[in-house]
Amino acid sequence: MIAKLLSILKKGWTVLRKPSVHYSLGFLTLGGFVAGVIFWGGFNTALEVTNQEAFCIGCHEMENNVYEELKTTIHFTNRSGVRATCPDCHVPHNWTDKIARKMQASKEVWGKIFGTINTRDKFEAKRRELAEHEWARLKANDSLECRNCHNFDYMDFTRQSSRAAKMHSTSLASGEKTCIDCHKGIAHHLPDMKGVSGF
Amino acid sequence: MKTVKLVSIAALMSCSFAIFTGSAVAADAVSDVKIATLREAPLNVEPTPPAMQKVSNTDVKQSRNYPMQPPVIPHKIDGYQVDLKVNKCMACHDRKQTTDSQAPMVSVTHYMDRENNFLATLSPRRYFCTQCHVPQLEAKLLVENDFVDMDHLIEADSNKKAKH
Repeated sequence: MIAKLLSILKKGWTVLRKPSVHYSLGFLTLGGFVAGVIFWGGFNTALEVTNQEAFCIGCHEMENNVYEELKTTIHFTNRSGVRATCPDCHVPHNWTDKIARKMQASKEVWGKIFGTINTRDKFEAKRRELAEHEWARLKANDSLECRNCHNFDYMDFTRQSSRAAKMHSTSLASGEKTCIDCHKGIAHHLPDMKGVSGF
Repeated sequence: MKTVKLVSIAALMSCSFAIFTGSAVAADAVSDVKIATLREAPLNVEPTPPAMQKVSNTDVKQSRNYPMQPPVIPHKIDGYQVDLKVNKCMACHDRKQTTDSQAPMVSVTHYMDRENNFLATLSPRRYFCTQCHVPQLEAKLLVENDFVDMDHLIEADSNKKAKH
């Protein structure tokens, strides 16, 4: 069995090693290049499709729970009309980090198939766990997705309320705390916060 | 006996008639517009709502108008979640959080049940902060307020006595 498999692999390897007989080097190079563009472009296009709000709320779990909650917050509707969509906060913008997050998301596909949060009750029961995942992620990357828009270097403390200015100029400035430490539940409802520090 | 019954029925009828006519007169005397003062429009007209007022966000403590007044909230509370799962207000005003937040601690009465027993956490009957505590708007008063502080009353009274 193993010998048979090895012989198949060996055959394949000799074919790959042999110089091309029928196709010119130019055809192979250009063909490879064009195929590369098509596959790479296709891959990234498909990736970008999964990175849109319409895709996220394609599942009723997202549309009826978290999306409804987002609608009432300042990240959805505000005076200037700038808004955050799901991937703005939940998917890293950096390519490698994005791929890593997308691989993690395969667990979410599993959850969708087996209906782990397909009712409101099931979602509420899991809310704390799901929230904790996001808190841990944002804590670990120093609230990177917040900072993609809210850049600390350009914060004008004089335009903040005195309370906010005090907190931002001390704890946040020193790096002792990061955005998510205080700003939990700004876009979705909070779960039961028993035992969470700061609550 | 029969006459008494008749008389009483007549009396009742006249009474109800008087009430009826009286109320009709009262309805005529107060115009629709006056009833609808706060709406500032006749009752059959849908007025344009006034522009939303800004919540004062000064973080400066305001004095109470009378000793037992629940203190007003001097900051915005937009999106503060207060339900069975969490009480956002207590993230700063809880006893243990006041070191970090430097916010005033909720008074000890909030930890007492109705038998005056002290509880370890906020008493359920005091849980919903905005039942008593509210933020303030920088809005013009819709109705003039002629409330006079107790201290002013006492002062006025003692001035009067001093004069006599």
